[in-house]
Amino acid sequence: MRQLGLLALLCLLPLLAIAQAIQPLPFRDRAEEVRFQRLSAELRCPMCQNETLADSNAPIAHDLRRQIFEMMQAGKSDAEIKAYLVDRYSDFVLYKPPVEPKTWLLWFGPLAVLVIGGIVVAVQVRRRSRQAPANLAGPANDAEDDW
Amino acid sequence: MSRFLPLIGFVVLVSLFGFGIWWNTQHDQHEIVSPLINKPAPAFSLPVLGEPTQTVDKQSLLGKPYLLNVFGSWCIECVHEHPVLSTDVKALGLPLVGMNYKDDPKDATAWLAEHGNPFNVIMVDRDGRAGIDFGVYGAPETFLIDGKGVIRYKHVGPITPDVVVKEIQPALAALAKEGG
Repeated sequence: MRQLGLLALLCLLPLLAIAQAIQPLPFRDRAEEVRFQRLSAELRCPMCQNETLADSNAPIAHDLRRQIFEMMQAGKSDAEIKAYLVDRYSDFVLYKPPVEPKTWLLWFGPLAVLVIGGIVVAVQVRRRSRQAPANLAGPANDAEDDW
Repeated sequence: MSRFLPLIGFVVLVSLFGFGIWWNTQHDQHEIVSPLINKPAPAFSLPVLGEPTQTVDKQSLLGKPYLLNVFGSWCIECVHEHPVLSTDVKALGLPLVGMNYKDDPKDATAWLAEHGNPFNVIMVDRDGRAGIDFGVYGAPETFLIDGKGVIRYKHVGPITPDVVVKEIQPALAALAKEGG
């Protein structure tokens, strides 16, 4: 009997997930809801390590979602809403930081590494193809010695 | 030369990782550097805790520097910070303005009755809207606001005696130098 009661209690556990669910906002229509979801997914919760405002259950995320919602209702553009949050919480809230001198390394660094790598490979290939005719006469493992 | 390329690559990677580890020990990944520092504090007008008919606004606090401490009775770290506010921070001789953040005034009053009240005045930010204007994302957070209403310094997390000596006192010294 006790086990049965425990089992029944366990079955109720999934309800906790519903209790945790993020409070719904009174959207006017589907388009508005889609816009809100997209916008809040592009913004980072300042409190949490790495969660979007859309996903986070932190109190501040709840407040900021409410703020975004109210600004949308007031007819503010996405850019205005983002600027509002950046003014208060810095670029930290943006998952896509703006392109500016401070963030050039972030935006173009990977490309620069790729280009440098490409140049190194090209130089190596060219040098070997130049050496190749000479190696024809020598021992076959000469090329490996290079490394 | 190309013989040493792998070694150079290795050394570059090791220094990058080393820098990453060093950086993380020096900086709190959680802390957002406030974009409001050296900018005028946002305007606010909030009711006083326990006296809802009275309000405190930004204008009424102008004239001399003060510390604005964001706290709540729900906040665990605030309990740890509280004795420091009552002693080390009080000893600085600055007005200490409390912002009771996202709290039930009843809980806040009970909390203060239990721990003591180090604040000169406490404003109530029940729904956290004024907090958003200040870029607050938790509690405790503390701002140093100068006589002209400009935010000069912000500390996220509890104030420790160390923070008072190493951060708040230098910030105050810089203010005094400017004034005199």
